[in-house]
Amino acid sequence: MPWNPLIVAFCCNWCSYAGADLAGTSRLAYPATVRIIRVPCSGRVNPQYIVRAFQRGADAVLVAGCHPGDCHYSTGNYFTRRRFLLARTFLEYLGVEPERFQVRWISGSEGPKFQETIKEITQAVRALGPNRKLRDES
Amino acid sequence: MKRIGVYICHCGTNIAGAVDCSKVSRYASGLPGVVVARDYVYTCSDPGQEMIKQDIAGHKLDRVVIGACSPRMHEPTFRNTLAEAGLSPFHLQMANLREHVSWVTHDREEATAKAMDLIRAAVARVTLHTDLASLEVPITKRALVVGGGIAGIQAALDIANAGYHVYLVEREPSIGGHMAQLDKTFPTLDCSACILTPKMVDVSRHPNIDLLAYSEVVEVAGYVGNFRVRVRHKPRYVDSSKCTGCGDCVEACVMKKRIPSEFEAGMGGRSAVYIPFPQAVPLKAVVDGTRCLFLTRGKCTRACEEACSRGAIRFDDSERDSELEVGAVVLATGYDLFDARTKPQYGYGILKNVIDGLQFERLACASGPTDGKIVLANGCEPEAIAFLHCIGSRDVNSNRYCSRVCCMYSMKQAHLARDKTRARVYEFYIDIRAAGKGYEEFYERVQEEGVHFIRGKAAEVSERDGKLVVRAEDTTLGRPVEIAVDMVVLGAGLTPRSDAAEVAQTFHVTRSQDGFFAEAHPKLRPVETNTRGIFLAGACQGPKDIPESVAQATAAAGKVTALFAQDFLRTEAMIAQVNEAMCSGCLWCKPVCPFGAIEAVTITERSGRRTVEREVARVNPSLCQGCGACTAACRTGAMSLLGYTDRQVLAEVDAICLGTPS
Repeated sequence: MPWNPLIVAFCCNWCSYAGADLAGTSRLAYPATVRIIRVPCSGRVNPQYIVRAFQRGADAVLVAGCHPGDCHYSTGNYFTRRRFLLARTFLEYLGVEPERFQVRWISGSEGPKFQETIKEITQAVRALGPNRKLRDES
Repeated sequence: MKRIGVYICHCGTNIAGAVDCSKVSRYASGLPGVVVARDYVYTCSDPGQEMIKQDIAGHKLDRVVIGACSPRMHEPTFRNTLAEAGLSPFHLQMANLREHVSWVTHDREEATAKAMDLIRAAVARVTLHTDLASLEVPITKRALVVGGGIAGIQAALDIANAGYHVYLVEREPSIGGHMAQLDKTFPTLDCSACILTPKMVDVSRHPNIDLLAYSEVVEVAGYVGNFRVRVRHKPRYVDSSKCTGCGDCVEACVMKKRIPSEFEAGMGGRSAVYIPFPQAVPLKAVVDGTRCLFLTRGKCTRACEEACSRGAIRFDDSERDSELEVGAVVLATGYDLFDARTKPQYGYGILKNVIDGLQFERLACASGPTDGKIVLANGCEPEAIAFLHCIGSRDVNSNRYCSRVCCMYSMKQAHLARDKTRARVYEFYIDIRAAGKGYEEFYERVQEEGVHFIRGKAAEVSERDGKLVVRAEDTTLGRPVEIAVDMVVLGAGLTPRSDAAEVAQTFHVTRSQDGFFAEAHPKLRPVETNTRGIFLAGACQGPKDIPESVAQATAAAGKVTALFAQDFLRTEAMIAQVNEAMCSGCLWCKPVCPFGAIEAVTITERSGRRTVEREVARVNPSLCQGCGACTAACRTGAMSLLGYTDRQVLAEVDAICLGTPS
């Protein structure tokens, strides 16, 4: 049985969480590798959460929000975009492969995009193997 | 230790078909703090909810986890269940076992394992849930309507008729907007003024409406239910209480008919002191401060003053501001007609007898500058007229969107041209978009009236031998055509008001890609904005014809009156909160907040033996919408989002990643 990565996904309530719901309602199957944590806005996601997920053994982290310009809170995801460009560089500097940390814009009507995103990340991370950087020794 | 109850829903076979629900519930019963765990066929049903309530009482539960469908579906249902059992509705956490597990996972073992992970995370999180409370804030039951076109008029009348006070602010000297400039309206050919002016008069006479014409909103502060609005009243230089609108000053003005009239779309002239149009409301004269010779140069005989028997002219008038307190705002600021000068290939502003749609309306109108005669610049009747569609619209170089009204107004104008002149009439179109009640029938009627329809967007208008030549590709014949006419009418599209960006900023509303004000949801919240208490009506939200504008205005008024029907507003419970002891007062959170909910306050505290003052951030609970963007911007970790605290989210992260707790 192939090794299954663990993806922690932070999805904003208004777009991406709804997109994941739509993937479900449309019965679009994807690997059981992702665990979704609901947040009000992708702008709520503190970079600390990402580091913590990697420390605790996540193999990949996805932050998903509304498309820029479509944010339920007008501007939240613009901050997400800026913050996570930096976070990505920082993680790379620490030795975390960039494939392991992804930010995507998935609207509430993009069930297929959610499915595709999970398939893609699963495939990419499966090729990399388990995350060994940042992981707590326990 | 918390006492947690866990309920795994089968949702018939929706979840149970892919997830071993009894296994998940047995697993849950071993999690820390869980005193009861059950699986049940339909948890959201009455008996399902009853079971939870009995457990809350019998097992003294203080936290509840429900593994079922998406919380977007049934979180409110189960929050009610908890509240009915006397528990805080926020002591609930749902795990989404249907949309996120059973419906997307084929392998039963994998699905069951994933369900257990999600339940573990929910149990870990719910342990940290706290009581949340929302505040009750009173509502000021007065409304502000911005813009006195047909949408603003309708919204103001509807709100006023419901018994609430309305301030209607209009920047022009008279209400009426673009509709007042139109001759006939499609497809019924109602006379525009005949159906509009009674409504304008209703506004001016309504006891619940304060008409603030020639005024603009300059500042908006506050929040839903309690807005404070500053309005700037421009100087009229005429004492409105004395002016009777007789027009004697207008006749006397030395600038008589020498200034292009805005109302006549430049087709006629006005004086420096003028009444915008005969049916203006309020029917009062106004002095144009930028054109009056006395006000600009100090040199004039001031004939207007002499002519006014009531002594209403007041050259010492000046600008003044007033403050309004309102609970809701309807934005109805309308549109600008696309400026055809930016498409020089059509010769607008260069060639005589190339005019735009609004100018044609004034020509066709019986009260217009030509008394309703459709004539060329030289006063002769045209022998051929071309109507060009999609000027500025459906064009990647200007406006990508369809302006919705130009097909219909061009066809209406073609009808008027056929009716009033003996001219041959051509319509150059890409598509005819006639999707409205009676519109298609009107299209057929115009075809039968002998109007020539040429499918192909006109490319260029040039002048040859004293005629205007329209070049186009006739796409039905597949070849270029050139048609000589005397008059070209450009079916210019609708654009956002030139100052829409500033207005959006003033009212804290967003704009969509094309620059019109954005509605909160394109399908389900079409008249609301993302700022609570601010609603949209008419073409400021996107191109609209009159019936649509009126319908939306009434809808916006309905939203306002529904708001005013309550005495108090409940604020969000999941809002940001500052730990003032930790806050360094850097205020990095402030610019991140899309709702302006964060402000600096000075607090006094004891530091050792001294009392010191320092600045910290504070959240206005009525403005905060709970996005939490400020929390991620906070450097010290002083900012927290209730219901989504770092501890709560991290508990989920840990529970998901670390597997079964030991």
